[in-house]
Amino acid sequence: MVSETEPKGPKTAASRRNFLKTGLMAGAAVATGTGVAKAAGDPLITEIQDWNRYLGEGVDAAPYGSPSEFEAHVVRRNVPWLTADPVSSINFTPLHELDGIITPNGLCFERHHGGTAVINPAEHRLMINGLVDTPLVFTMEDLKRFPRENRVYFLECAANGGMEWRGAQLNGCQFTHGMIHCVVYTGVPLRYLLEEAGVKTNGKWLLAEGADASAMTRSIPMEKALDDCLVAFKMNGEALRAEQGYPLRLCVPGWEGNMWVKWLRRLEVGDEPWHQREETSKYTDLLASGKARRHTWVMDVKSVITSPSPQAPVTHGKGPLVISGLAWSGDGTIKRVDVSIDGGRNWQQARIDGPSLPKALHRFYLDINWDGSDLLLQSRAIDDQGFVQPTKNELRSARGENSIYHNNGIQTWHVNTDGVVENVEVS
Amino acid sequence: PSKGAFGLGRVAMPAEVAAWDIDIRPDGMGLPAGKGTVADGEPIYTEACAVCHGDFGEGAGRWPVLAGGQDSLTRERPEKTIGSYWPYLSTVFDYVRRAMPFGDARSLSDDDVYALTAYLLYLNDVVDDEEFELSNENFASVRLPNETNFFDDNRMDEPHYAKGVEPCMSDCKPGPVEITARAQVLDVTPEGEGDENT
Repeated sequence: MVSETEPKGPKTAASRRNFLKTGLMAGAAVATGTGVAKAAGDPLITEIQDWNRYLGEGVDAAPYGSPSEFEAHVVRRNVPWLTADPVSSINFTPLHELDGIITPNGLCFERHHGGTAVINPAEHRLMINGLVDTPLVFTMEDLKRFPRENRVYFLECAANGGMEWRGAQLNGCQFTHGMIHCVVYTGVPLRYLLEEAGVKTNGKWLLAEGADASAMTRSIPMEKALDDCLVAFKMNGEALRAEQGYPLRLCVPGWEGNMWVKWLRRLEVGDEPWHQREETSKYTDLLASGKARRHTWVMDVKSVITSPSPQAPVTHGKGPLVISGLAWSGDGTIKRVDVSIDGGRNWQQARIDGPSLPKALHRFYLDINWDGSDLLLQSRAIDDQGFVQPTKNELRSARGENSIYHNNGIQTWHVNTDGVVENVEVS
Repeated sequence: PSKGAFGLGRVAMPAEVAAWDIDIRPDGMGLPAGKGTVADGEPIYTEACAVCHGDFGEGAGRWPVLAGGQDSLTRERPEKTIGSYWPYLSTVFDYVRRAMPFGDARSLSDDDVYALTAYLLYLNDVVDDEEFELSNENFASVRLPNETNFFDDNRMDEPHYAKGVEPCMSDCKPGPVEITARAQVLDVTPEGEGDENT
């Protein structure tokens, strides 16, 4: 490949950079052929490489670092035909390239209804009004004087997998399952703020409102607000990203992502729900009967194999194969994940590795010895409440095909003998 | 100022609450004083809304359809509009005033929003008189056709939610499993990693 024909010797910075770029292709080719060593040896070993000879960048080159340029393909992607406009739209976390349970901030999927609001935290205000003893206004400085909590939570869009209700449609877990992220949130328990204002005894509901151009609003029952909701200003240790609600967002653990109001500016206490657009026209689940469920808040037990998957084919041939995936439940922790390689006829228990935290992503693995035959891969999560992830057909028989939201059905990947993987449905 | 444990924050001024608290409930709580007729709403709609939502609420391109679709909710492709799906008129007023026109939110006067709401009722055949006037006085008496077809989450009644049932581990399906649908056939996924989704 290019690296073998390129003349050796001193290089300018520009040509070295060029080499690094072409090296990405060469590296991929080498990686797939690690078993085949030439008699003279692997030139990547027998020849002195540039990075072994020339100096690298100094510590002042990147005050805020970025991923290696060889990871440039690990990015959020969108599907333009899904929405009328990229401003009220969605993009997808590249789950197929990630591991562990924490999503890097720059890769957390985005869902806006009026684009990304850009707000100077010095100009941000949070108001609490309605059925309270004292309506209050907080600055960001005020909010940072309350006691804090750190919690790891997944945030899953209610519509994650929504395009798959009618059948296999998008070819990759980034697109079928990537409206999710999981980070460490730092913030103030919502109940501290509500107690500061003093909720009246008839205050049973909370309306959360954003400061962006969609002025997003959702009604939340007071029990949830006083239970585990957070008003967060940090994610994975640093300030929220602008597209994730900087400087302030609501965390509603285990519940559909739409309720995690970004750019949070107001909390109103009331005695009834408000039935706002995002809880009537949207985020209601139409059933085959023509009637619709509302207030479907919890995100049910779910899982997906992230590798192999359509964007992460098997390129190494037969032998040891790591099946890696994610499982989560809005009801608690994941107790068990089963994996099938024959389309759900037979199952074996996978290994959960890493932290097992309530309402957070869990990482599972099943290490197999692939014989090179066709596989129909599935994963099935079970949470600590005893709920078992259903099949898509079980969901369809209960709900029809027009619910849009809350598709937690079991995903099937077909791995063919070449290692190519496809999103399929099975009998 | 507060009675809370921390004494943080300050009392919200009435003018501040009035500026931000513009939400409306189905019972009419939160409605501002004002009024507007179907005939008043038509030119506002044509000027500010029709470019995206179509002259008759039919939706331009992939922009939302606002009218029609009655009796489509049990069909294979339901059309969920204000007239066919939305339960409450309060949501129309609230959302239009809060977030529309897309890209120029909060630009309409309260009377404009009453008039537009009246016009949307007309486009959806909920009212048929162009002189119909919607106001804070009669607002809560207007009902949308699909109001009664929503119910609170009852997913737990579905059979697959049965707790503690040990799922099948072996020989769970009678014969070899067959592929019944393939995403590749549809071919609607954006192309490989390198492209910019053009």
